[in-house]
Amino acid sequence: MAELVTLTIDGKQITAEKGTLVIEAAKKIGIEIPAFCYYEGYSLQAACRMCLVEVEKMPKLQPGCTLPAAEGMVVMTDSPKVVEARKSTLEFLLTNHPLDCPVCDKGGECELQDMVFRYGAGESRFTEIKHHANEKQWSPMVYYDPARCILCYRCIRVCDEGLGVGALGLTHRGVHAEITPSNGDHLECDECGMCIDICPVGALTSGSYRYKSRPWEMNHVGTICAHCSNGCKTTLSIRNGEIMRANNRDQSGINGEFLCAKGRFGYDFVHSEERLQTPLVRKDGELVEASWSEALALVAKKFGDVKAKGGKFGVVGSARTTNEEAYYLQKFARQGLGTANIDHRRSGDVASLLNALAGKRDALATVADLYTTKAALVIGSDLSQQHPLLAFQLRANYRHHGSSTYTVTRGPVREDSYAARSIRFEAGDEIGALDQLREDLSKHASVVILFGDSVKGGDVAKLVAFGDSLGVGVKYVCLMDYSNSRGAWDMGLTHEYGPGYEAAEQRGLSLPEMLAAKDLDVFWAVGANPLADAELGSNDAFVVVQELFLTETARRADVVLPAASAYEKNGTVTNTCGEVQRLKAGAKVMGVKTDLEIMGLLAKEMGLDLGIWTPEKVFEEIRRTVRGYNVQLPIIVTGGAAPTQPVSGQLAVLPDVSLVRSAEDTLFTSGSLGRYSKMLNAAMEAPGKLYKE
Amino acid sequence: MLLNQPHPLETRVLTRRFEYPQKNPIWVDEFVAKQGYEGFRKALGMSPDEIIEEVKKSSLRGRGGAGFPTGLKWSFVDRKSSKPKYVVVNGDEGEPGTCKDRVLIEHDPHRLIEGCLICARAIGAERGWVYIRGEYRFHIDILDKAIAEAYERGYLGENILGSGMTFHLSTHTGAGSYECGEESALLESLEGKRGNPRLKPPFPATVGAFQCPTTVNNVETFCAVPDILLNGGDWYHALGTPKNGGTRMVCLSGHINNPGVYEVPLGFNMKRLIEEIGGGVWKGRKLKAVIPGGSSSPILTADEVDIPADYDSLAKAGSMLGSGATMVCDETTDMVKLLARVMKFYAHESCGWCIPCREGTAWLAKILARMDEGAGMTRDIDMIDQLATSMFGRTFCALGDAAAMPTMSIVRKFRNEFEAKIGSTEVFVPAPGTQPLVVL
Ligand SMILES: Cc1cc2nc3c(=O)[nH]c(=O)nc-3n(C[C@H](O)[C@H](O)[C@H](O)COP(=O)(O)O)c2cc1C
Ligand code: SF4
Ligand code: SF4
Ligand code: SF4
Repeated sequence: MAELVTLTIDGKQITAEKGTLVIEAAKKIGIEIPAFCYYEGYSLQAACRMCLVEVEKMPKLQPGCTLPAAEGMVVMTDSPKVVEARKSTLEFLLTNHPLDCPVCDKGGECELQDMVFRYGAGESRFTEIKHHANEKQWSPMVYYDPARCILCYRCIRVCDEGLGVGALGLTHRGVHAEITPSNGDHLECDECGMCIDICPVGALTSGSYRYKSRPWEMNHVGTICAHCSNGCKTTLSIRNGEIMRANNRDQSGINGEFLCAKGRFGYDFVHSEERLQTPLVRKDGELVEASWSEALALVAKKFGDVKAKGGKFGVVGSARTTNEEAYYLQKFARQGLGTANIDHRRSGDVASLLNALAGKRDALATVADLYTTKAALVIGSDLSQQHPLLAFQLRANYRHHGSSTYTVTRGPVREDSYAARSIRFEAGDEIGALDQLREDLSKHASVVILFGDSVKGGDVAKLVAFGDSLGVGVKYVCLMDYSNSRGAWDMGLTHEYGPGYEAAEQRGLSLPEMLAAKDLDVFWAVGANPLADAELGSNDAFVVVQELFLTETARRADVVLPAASAYEKNGTVTNTCGEVQRLKAGAKVMGVKTDLEIMGLLAKEMGLDLGIWTPEKVFEEIRRTVRGYNVQLPIIVTGGAAPTQPVSGQLAVLPDVSLVRSAEDTLFTSGSLGRYSKMLNAAMEAPGKLYKE
Repeated sequence: MLLNQPHPLETRVLTRRFEYPQKNPIWVDEFVAKQGYEGFRKALGMSPDEIIEEVKKSSLRGRGGAGFPTGLKWSFVDRKSSKPKYVVVNGDEGEPGTCKDRVLIEHDPHRLIEGCLICARAIGAERGWVYIRGEYRFHIDILDKAIAEAYERGYLGENILGSGMTFHLSTHTGAGSYECGEESALLESLEGKRGNPRLKPPFPATVGAFQCPTTVNNVETFCAVPDILLNGGDWYHALGTPKNGGTRMVCLSGHINNPGVYEVPLGFNMKRLIEEIGGGVWKGRKLKAVIPGGSSSPILTADEVDIPADYDSLAKAGSMLGSGATMVCDETTDMVKLLARVMKFYAHESCGWCIPCREGTAWLAKILARMDEGAGMTRDIDMIDQLATSMFGRTFCALGDAAAMPTMSIVRKFRNEFEAKIGSTEVFVPAPGTQPLVVL
């Protein structure tokens, strides 16, 4: 326990750990010391001088952001001297500020506006000519207006310290000083837009949002990012059903303020002109527009006929649809259609992990654990590219707590720069490589092991045995690709398991087997694009596709049903750490239906009784029936992340691990979805590369 | 080599080997022949604590501007740290009016090397750098050559003079920034980074160059050390006044008959300095004001200069000894123009890190330039004072203070001259007494 000191701030006594910054101590008792450059979690600058406070026995005003609390210290944050100093600092700041608030993106949510409103003078005495520098475009994502910049250096720090990218620096001096990309005139970076988000003013603006809307014209809807498996909370700002921007303005989710390029800019696929907005039905060999009732009736009839004659179905689910949709789809297939041929494309072997853990509690790491663990071992993943939030958490843990990270990867990764040790392996060798780390790892009180798709089946068992042998608390993360990759497994979208990893009553065809089968009667793809890189073996199969876009699979379809994206629906998804979070519909796209609604209508049309198909009701059923999913409802409802429990005991059957393969998306790709994001494709770095030299 | 004629009233310690006219720097042979490296030899026989004690006794204070007691500064270096310790010489000499470090390097470069060696011995350093402003190309060459000589003769390198001591020294070139003379910005620059000042504490004595304990001193400060070791701290101390020991280099410039660099004891009367050593104000004019310690020091009027020039007396007079640059203004000097020029300098040199200095210097520079052109407004005068007051003591580093101090003193002491510059030009002036729309 650190030494405690008692100090007085504005007449209130407070006990704080010795060395606590006065600005933080004041915050604890509800006193705001205003600051621009101070930002919790990043290095101290003491540059803006907004936080100057008066301290008894000190002749000069002191910056509250760097002043450590000391015994008996008496601080005044509101004395006439302090009030005057703030006024004058703001007056100085506004001298060269363009004050173009009426057209500035930040107007209405600008920290400078708020500060001047609260602490500034009502009058400006500056009558000279302002210093001006022109706006610059640094990348498709990031624009910089030096005139608006107040030089708080938050952008530099978040990029360097937070992301480990270090794409920004400072050039020139005095009033000419400005932020500049480290490589001159443009960015070659993660394009995460963290710098835009953290900028207190409108100096950094977003390529997709700038000059498009006023903040108060939009509704802000908190939901989960549609892209990778990390499950970042994102706040969609919606105007007339259209997503104007995405950020995490209230910093409420598991990701705090973090979002990567996909989360921040990759929402634009929603309003792509290539979105399907009416059902398509094949007539005379051509896909032509049809009404929903016509298309649904056609599908229901075909499904009914094939079922009646005992024909062969092939059903493919998605790693992006909600848990409710995945659950309902497998129920539809198994109970409604009576088929066992159901699968999805798997990107990580979580079944073998659950089997090896055999119900051990506290063995699945949450995203939050990555920030507190003493050590982390990353196996077979370029984390900063494939799992940006997890990489961000590990880096923050290292910065704030000095945790140790070990990497075992086939090529260089960004984590190497601060890793305690980095080991390169030849494919298939990673488990063998671990022995070298045994001694290092067992020195830490807690270890989180994250492993990619190259560790599967027996290797997962070996990995868990290795973890057990360390003699310390070990937790695991099975890394997967997409927003509901984990949920798809859990909900039983595999041919070997029903929901909750109960062995399927009858083992049906796997996805490659369905594709290869020559005698498939119906092939039904819900949010999946298996024909992107494969052929359908059965020429006569009736193909039904629920999709956002006319993908390779949709092009082969007999009926295409236009589906809503994750940003247009309610439900839940489970991230790669096994945490369940709620999706909230934000955007509206005309003509589409959610996959759940489509399936519900089909069931109705076919006269099947599969239960009520609203997301809430299906989730209730999941909580009741799926092992591990009896999560606490209040957590979900309030937008929190509820961890699932590992299924108890070993699994009755082992998974088919030959099917596990990651698509190896980078920061700028996102399976089929990424192809329809103009912003992601516009990034100069796109599609990027894993394991860069 | 240009140097003014020496003056009989000087007390020559640091400059004792100088000749007039002197064609070449004093190279190693001559240096050694004239007691060179003897102070260091003596230091080799002393413990670090004894060396620091001797420097403390001498009451030597930093000649870079702040006047911090040198012995005390050395004693702060964390000698027990397992990290390497470093000696850094501040040869940035950026303070307007200051030109003494160059003279010391130009004439007697080995004296500086010897000072560094003694400091290295005292703080346990094995590596040092002389950070010199880039404009001093010629002096860098001289010092480089002297350093090469010292290596050749075994005064630098490993096992120095058979003592087992190691010390490496090299020059490092600045790229033209006043702020890089501020010791923490200097260290950043030395490390190859942008010359922004650092957050203090920690001070260089604990976390300095490359995160290691470091002492940073001015060229002149180091140059005073060899003779302190040679003749004893008490001897050096006795050269000055009781609380301000030793001699200092004065750079006399401005409207004076004999401008130049002179070495005088601390406490030498400023008026005598101007009149006797400097030969009085030029062209038979009357004295108007004196900037006593570089452009950052508050100005003194002609009535205020009959005082001993030492740290304490100048502080009492509301100014400072600063870098020893004494600038003399005759009765014709336009004080608004002078301040406008000074502020142009600070606005140009502000690194931009913190708001009050970055925006304040630029704003003041614009007001003053406008006033100087005859477009001043009545309210400008009080505003100049207020803006400088708002900067003073509130900036990240002392550059903000350096800009504020002369401003406050000049506008207060020569208000009439500012009033005379109120223009007839049509400029927007808010009607007197108008209330702001909102009072917050
Ligand atoms: C803006 C600024 C510029 C400075 N420039 C110089 C300089 O050019 N040379 C110098 O020796 N000290 C300069 N200083 C003072 C140094 O920060 C530091 O106090 C000095 O190097 C310490 O050496 P000393 O104790 O020997 O004086 C400057 C300080 C400030 C705030
Ligand atoms: S977009 Fe992200 S990576 Fe690029 S400069 Fe901004 S913070 Fe750095
Ligand atoms: S661009 Fe924004 S975040 Fe970066 S220094 Fe300027 S004001 Fe701060
Ligand atoms: S006072 Fe501030 S802006 Fe000025 S030089 Fe120092 S740190 Fe830079």
